[in-house]
Amino acid sequence: MATEAQGEEGGLVFHPMDQFIVKPLFGDGPVGLFTITNVTLWMALTVIAVMALLVLGTAKRATIPGRMQSIGELAYGFIYKMVEDVAGKDAVGFFPYIMTLFMFIVFANFLGLLPMSFTTTSHFAVTVVLALLVFFTVTIVGFVKNGSAFLGLFWVKSAPLALRPVLAVIEIISYFVRPVSHSIRLAGNLMAGHAVIKVFAGFAAIALVSPLSVVAITAMYGLEVLVSFIQAYVFTILTCVYLKDALHPSH
Amino acid sequence: MATETLGETTSTCVVDGSAVGMPQLCFDWWPNQIFWLLVTLAVIFFFLSRVALPRIASVLAERQGSITNDLAAAEDLKSRALEAEEAYNKALAEARTEAQKIIAEAKAEIQADLDDATAKPDAEIAAKLAESEKKIAETRASAMEAVKGVAKDTAGELVAAMGTKADARTITAAVNARMKG
Repeated sequence: MATEAQGEEGGLVFHPMDQFIVKPLFGDGPVGLFTITNVTLWMALTVIAVMALLVLGTAKRATIPGRMQSIGELAYGFIYKMVEDVAGKDAVGFFPYIMTLFMFIVFANFLGLLPMSFTTTSHFAVTVVLALLVFFTVTIVGFVKNGSAFLGLFWVKSAPLALRPVLAVIEIISYFVRPVSHSIRLAGNLMAGHAVIKVFAGFAAIALVSPLSVVAITAMYGLEVLVSFIQAYVFTILTCVYLKDALHPSH
Repeated sequence: MATETLGETTSTCVVDGSAVGMPQLCFDWWPNQIFWLLVTLAVIFFFLSRVALPRIASVLAERQGSITNDLAAAEDLKSRALEAEEAYNKALAEARTEAQKIIAEAKAEIQADLDDATAKPDAEIAAKLAESEKKIAETRASAMEAVKGVAKDTAGELVAAMGTKADARTITAAVNARMKG
């Protein structure tokens, strides 16, 4: 995270957005395509955390699971059941894909809560790619599985005929807005929470306000812990809902 | 986006070490982030789909299997225990009826012996009783006879002493009539 500097004249200077700056890990220079940056570091840590839980944690293959294995199995069962319940039994083939998304987002979110850390999922670059991956997957799967019948998703059969073209326009707009809302919801939530914590931290420079500031940061932190999980959950369940549309487009 | 400054600016989005606007909208950084994101997702997907998920699935299936097996074994043992209990109860009931039978037999035997043992003395007692009664009756009859004779004689003597003569028949009739009364 970045610096909270007190201005030279004793006024407060906030830099709540500095924590989101992408910078090279080694030396200074432009951020190129392959530059190893703090993004690389925190994504690598995310990978390590996911591996530790799901690969190392289950390495013993114990019939009576230990703590790590229990949590791994819990995560597995949670997402598996979600895919099965929300997207349907025939969506189980997409389970590894959805599990990847969930594990990445949930670990990136929680690692971002560590002080001095960098929250990869607070960047639109990341969430837009995630959302577009889902969008294209769903669209391609929809057309491959259903052919042109997939377009029935936009043609609401249960509505009166006169209303259907209007609804079709609305449905098409909402379909294309999906990746936008999908990505901005995740990044926006995380960015806002982290920025608010920074602002409260900036107020701590005034001795009189600092106790209140600490309390506020603590409260926000608790909220952010909730948000971290809930946003990962929301992202995943929306992916399942979209996938269901692709597999069973009938309204 | 921002004005060029002297120092070590890595991007137009950062001026004097702090961000200009939202770093999220600094498109200079996007290719880097997208590249590393794709690498990350590929690595996670590879390990999850090849290693972690099949492993967890097999562990869960194995556990399910062993639970089902254990439940079946428990069911089997339970039914065996029930069978054993039933057999025990049956044996107990049989033993009980057997005991009842033996007791009844013994009782009957004892009763028979008792009956045998009491029958002979009873008969003897009855016979002796009958004999004694007969003797008593005889004694009584002879005593009666004697009393009658004495009464006749006494009556005859009394009548004679009073100076009247009475024939034997009248006296006998009178005595008999008195003795009945």
